[in-house]
Amino acid sequence: MKKHKLEEWIFRLIMFFSTVLIVAALLLILVSITMKAWPALSWEMISQVPHGGYYFGKEGGILNAIVGSLILAFSSTFLALLTGLPVALVLNTSLIKRKRWVYFIRYILDLLWGVPSIVYGALGFSIMIYFGLKTSLLAGIITVSIFILPIMIRAMDEVIKEVPLSLHEASYSLGATTGETAFLVIIRQCFPGIATAVLLSFGRAIGDAASVLFTCGFTDFIPDSLNEPAATLPLAIFFQLGSPLPEVQARAYASAFILTIIVLVISILSRIISGKLNKNKINF
Amino acid sequence: MEMEKICVQDFSLSIGKQNILKNINVEIPERKITVILGPSGCGKTTLLKCFNRLIDLVPDVKMKGNIYLNGRNIFDRTWELTELRKNMGLLAQRPYPLPMSIYGNIAFGLKINGRGNRKILSQRVRHYLEQASLWEEVKDRLYEPASRLSIGQQQRLCLARGLAVDPEIILADEPTSALDPISSQAIEEKFVELKDRYTVVIVTHILRQAKRIADHVVFMYMGEVIEQGNTDDFFNRPKNDITRSYLKGAFN
Repeated sequence: MKKHKLEEWIFRLIMFFSTVLIVAALLLILVSITMKAWPALSWEMISQVPHGGYYFGKEGGILNAIVGSLILAFSSTFLALLTGLPVALVLNTSLIKRKRWVYFIRYILDLLWGVPSIVYGALGFSIMIYFGLKTSLLAGIITVSIFILPIMIRAMDEVIKEVPLSLHEASYSLGATTGETAFLVIIRQCFPGIATAVLLSFGRAIGDAASVLFTCGFTDFIPDSLNEPAATLPLAIFFQLGSPLPEVQARAYASAFILTIIVLVISILSRIISGKLNKNKINF
Repeated sequence: MEMEKICVQDFSLSIGKQNILKNINVEIPERKITVILGPSGCGKTTLLKCFNRLIDLVPDVKMKGNIYLNGRNIFDRTWELTELRKNMGLLAQRPYPLPMSIYGNIAFGLKINGRGNRKILSQRVRHYLEQASLWEEVKDRLYEPASRLSIGQQQRLCLARGLAVDPEIILADEPTSALDPISSQAIEEKFVELKDRYTVVIVTHILRQAKRIADHVVFMYMGEVIEQGNTDDFFNRPKNDITRSYLKGAFN
């Protein structure tokens, strides 16, 4: 009896310390970004594009990168959702009997999930060269959406997989087709999970630097069309951090701070939305 | 020869290397309650799922033999699967309402089968909720999520939803196993009421339930049909030794 209590106590201690360690590490990142960003944060930073000499510490802001990143992340997430959701649904409805196929497809997607984003960037770049395209917002959007597609599909797939077969059966027994079952019933049951998958993909899309490096390029202006290059926040951080001047480095941290805030706001919004969509979900 | 509503002939089924059903011959009479009785794992549910071909969703299934519905083989390639399934309302072991409102659950079947405008739709919804004796309880909260109903109400909602697509047959797979005694009784009474208009097939392992509501009993054991006949004969004059020992409660 005493031995059990001791065991319990030791494991609680271990769990407590590992939790503290992880939370502390995350807090450290947030605090250090905020501290270093603080001196450079200003209204100018988020309301203006870089003026001449901005990268040497003169006036201007990173509005170009904020707008570029938002357009890029929203469009590519939308594109990936549009193409990925049917795939995730098909894996769990039409292919429900093809266990091997589904296993194989999931395996490939997991593999693609693990491929570094620079490889997607290189792929996008080589396709651009093949078609004779310049670095542009469009090329960036397409590349990033390909890059987040496996993440999106697998994250949704994991949720859709958990829908009990009996719910499929309930729908089929009312005379629904596979399509009606997937898009009218299964989707509704999975709304919160799909929202999480979209959020996860959005986070990857807005935070990735390597896939947009060659495809989207960088510019000091806000793009007017999809054919123009666009700036992105991760690259803005990268370029400013490389500067030897401390005030420019502080701006890099300010950019990182802004990126973090964007992700935070999107995350909170999506929680609220998915909470609203959650109400019809059946708890099995 | 006049054929019964559902007629199973020399039907065998295996999943992978496991033989689930062995040479089944069953006849299910029209507008009566047929109870498929048997201990757990004897293949009752699998047989039921063959009727509306939900068995198609299971991988590695091999089937042999025929099942006729109104004299037409359900494995015939000319069947529109949705038509076949719509013809049989299904009640599962525990209720699986669709992730929608109470109204939406009933309207779903009507909508996908393209029936009526909004006014007709709400009339129909009311009609079928009344059929399942649920209307009085839910009329003020039709647009609330179905998940907020009690489990007994959910099962009646599933019944109403099944009736809404206008089937000839009601299939029920241990429909009361998740319910409390009062809700169970409500469902049982409903079945007795419905048999005037529908052919009802109920799978159960509860002897007393079979005795209470069945007109016709099919007793299955280890994937085989041991005995079938009308309720009186089955319970009072069983012909088979296995049936006798099952009725005595020798195994469950």
